[in-house]
Amino acid sequence: MLKFVKNYMDSISGIEVYPIISLLIFFGFFVVLFLWVFTAKKEYIQTVSNIPLENDNQNQTEK
Amino acid sequence: MEVQQFYYDNKIVKNFLYATIFWGVVGMAVGLMLAYFFIFPNYTEGISWLSFGRLRPLHTNAVIFAFVGNAIFAGVYYSTQRLLKARMYSDLLSKINFWGWQAIIVGAAITLPLGYTTTKEYAELEWPFDIAIAVIWVAFGINLIGTMLKRRQRHLYVAIWFYIATFVTVAVLHIFNNLELPISAMKSYSVYAGVQDALVQWWYGHNAVAFFLTTPFLGLMYYFVPKAANRPVYSYRLSIVHFWSLIFIYIWAGPHHLLYTALPEWAQSLGTAFSIMLLMPSWGGMINGLLTLRGAWDKVRTDPVLKFMVVAITGYGMATFEGPMLSLKNVNAIGHFTDWIIAHVHVGALAWNGFLTFGMIYYLVPKLFKTKLFSTGLANLHFWVGTLGIIMYTLPMYVAGFTQASMWKQFNPDGTLVYGNFLETVTEIMPMYWMRAIGGTLYIAGMFILVYNVIVTIKNGSKVTDELAEAPALQHVSKRRVAGEGWHTWLERKPIKLTIGATIAILIGGIVQIVPTIMVKSNIPTIASVKPYTPLELEGRDIYIREGCVGCHSQMVRPFRSEVERYGEYSKAGEFVYDHPFLWGSKRTGPDLHRIGGKYSDNWHLNHMYDPQSTSSGSIMPSYKWIVKDELDKSMTEAKMKAMVQLGVPYTEEEIANAQQAMLEQGTKIEKNLYADPDFAQTYEADKAAGGPEFVEMRNREIVALIAYLQRLGTDIKVKDIETAQN
Repeated sequence: MLKFVKNYMDSISGIEVYPIISLLIFFGFFVVLFLWVFTAKKEYIQTVSNIPLENDNQNQTEK
Repeated sequence: MEVQQFYYDNKIVKNFLYATIFWGVVGMAVGLMLAYFFIFPNYTEGISWLSFGRLRPLHTNAVIFAFVGNAIFAGVYYSTQRLLKARMYSDLLSKINFWGWQAIIVGAAITLPLGYTTTKEYAELEWPFDIAIAVIWVAFGINLIGTMLKRRQRHLYVAIWFYIATFVTVAVLHIFNNLELPISAMKSYSVYAGVQDALVQWWYGHNAVAFFLTTPFLGLMYYFVPKAANRPVYSYRLSIVHFWSLIFIYIWAGPHHLLYTALPEWAQSLGTAFSIMLLMPSWGGMINGLLTLRGAWDKVRTDPVLKFMVVAITGYGMATFEGPMLSLKNVNAIGHFTDWIIAHVHVGALAWNGFLTFGMIYYLVPKLFKTKLFSTGLANLHFWVGTLGIIMYTLPMYVAGFTQASMWKQFNPDGTLVYGNFLETVTEIMPMYWMRAIGGTLYIAGMFILVYNVIVTIKNGSKVTDELAEAPALQHVSKRRVAGEGWHTWLERKPIKLTIGATIAILIGGIVQIVPTIMVKSNIPTIASVKPYTPLELEGRDIYIREGCVGCHSQMVRPFRSEVERYGEYSKAGEFVYDHPFLWGSKRTGPDLHRIGGKYSDNWHLNHMYDPQSTSSGSIMPSYKWIVKDELDKSMTEAKMKAMVQLGVPYTEEEIANAQQAMLEQGTKIEKNLYADPDFAQTYEADKAAGGPEFVEMRNREIVALIAYLQRLGTDIKVKDIETAQN
């Protein structure tokens, strides 16, 4: 697989590290995302997920 | 804390809802017309602006941008205001968004049937419209982000993130795919050629599905499903992971539309790998939507809104399972170019987009008009008729797809094709086309039930007024993270940073995939014997573009034994270097045309265009009598060639100066060839004698240009040349 990629992009110097860099970016991003998601406080998650349901107690007066 | 009072703009939501319903009927009606063309190919015979090739882009554009597009705006304008506890940023921008969008749709409905098209799927509109779309879209974006800046709710609910990603990505995709060089007010050429054009187009086309038909609707799902079920989303944690993984991965998957084509192998593999990964976030989202109904399934039995939404989410799950499967090369080899794809997209369009929109309409109309839905029974009837319509539409198309693919690939023991005549594979699936038309009829019948139900509900209701709401203004909070605040929580209250983050996520995929193919020359091996089109062939190609031939005929012979046997040598990337735009196509209702050049006589082509059934009995191709009769407009030829030169096509100045002469010579040659048929000679001479001064000689007619183009197709290379070029 890498053979094909190199074949096509051999005009770019140091291209070999590109896939590794992008893999690290992706991997790092999602690791941090998962860490945050799993450690997020329960009350916070509950508050936010209730945002769509909040309006029902709003003032019903019409313009 | 001071409580502020403000009004939600309900009138704009109402307008978008009306537009959704109106264009829904139009888009579906055009779709139904197209379904009947498969059965009665000539029922609009002789009317150029009602021919299949010109109506197909009208159908896709009307459904995607008019029906679904207006539904998106209706849902976004309704939910954004409530989720952010603020009126939309600017009433003027809301109005510009609404009226501008409708004007573009009307323009599309006029120009597409008249043959003004770029042929790039879902981006067929010509350049003035492309600019208008960009302007209106930016107006929408400013309005959306402006509302976020003056919001009274600190945290941006996940639906809002999906709206942001939609705005940003559609803007990027639209601009890059529609880079084109204008020649006149309604004609332009894509700046990309061949393989590059194909890659950019499907990077766009796939993500039009992703970021126009999926992400905004996921946002709507995250708002309206909890509203309708009156309970929060199943897992807000899952929705966060869903959002980021979906937008990160989706943007990479485009090349799966080009498997086994002349696209470089690495790009194809990249597309496949990311398409498989997409299964995870897609199903994560589907599960999140369905499980929101946990403990509320009894409501699904009685509430039509929830019924529509459940089928919509299920349809989303089915389509997003099928998508990754179709991206596997061995499955794609079967499904691509067949009616399977038509089934696939209609599961998405009819179930996911259609039914979620219907659910939203049944939810919103009573709310906006402060009344009850006129008839729950009729809504239930709509649900069942619509569901049956989806089944009756898609199942026959799956069968048709498999049947046709198997027939294309079947060999006799002696190595010849069992169904050497393409037409046999078409007549075989005619019953499926019948059933599809019936399914489509049912679906639109359901739509009419909705229209009636909504009209009566509105009559019973009161006038739509802007709704008073109150909420405390936001307190100023430090720009940095406050104590105990996670970084994502911080990001959620920073709309601009969130927008930038989403932009970066989608740009990475675009850059890594697109830039190498455009910049690295070695990706497109050139072939010395491939030459630019002659002026007459170029004009013929523009007729091919105008008539939307690409809607039914591919120009891409895949490297399979069955296709090489049927059509000839498989297509090479280097053969398309002068094709602005590319015309590979995505559906084979008729056979591939890349190696059509030299296969039939000029007379055959003329007779075939005039009356396809006379040369190919049982053919479902419509006749193109106007091409045979009309005079070729040669006034733009030089300008077209000059534009091509700017795009890198090596026409010499001499060639451009002699264009008229060259066209006349090539036309005369074809006219002479046509005389080989005594029947032609006789009728043509008779016409000429009776024609008077208005008579257009054959050499100056459109058909001659089209024949010139068709006879040129795929003839630049001989197999021998390729071997030398590759060595």
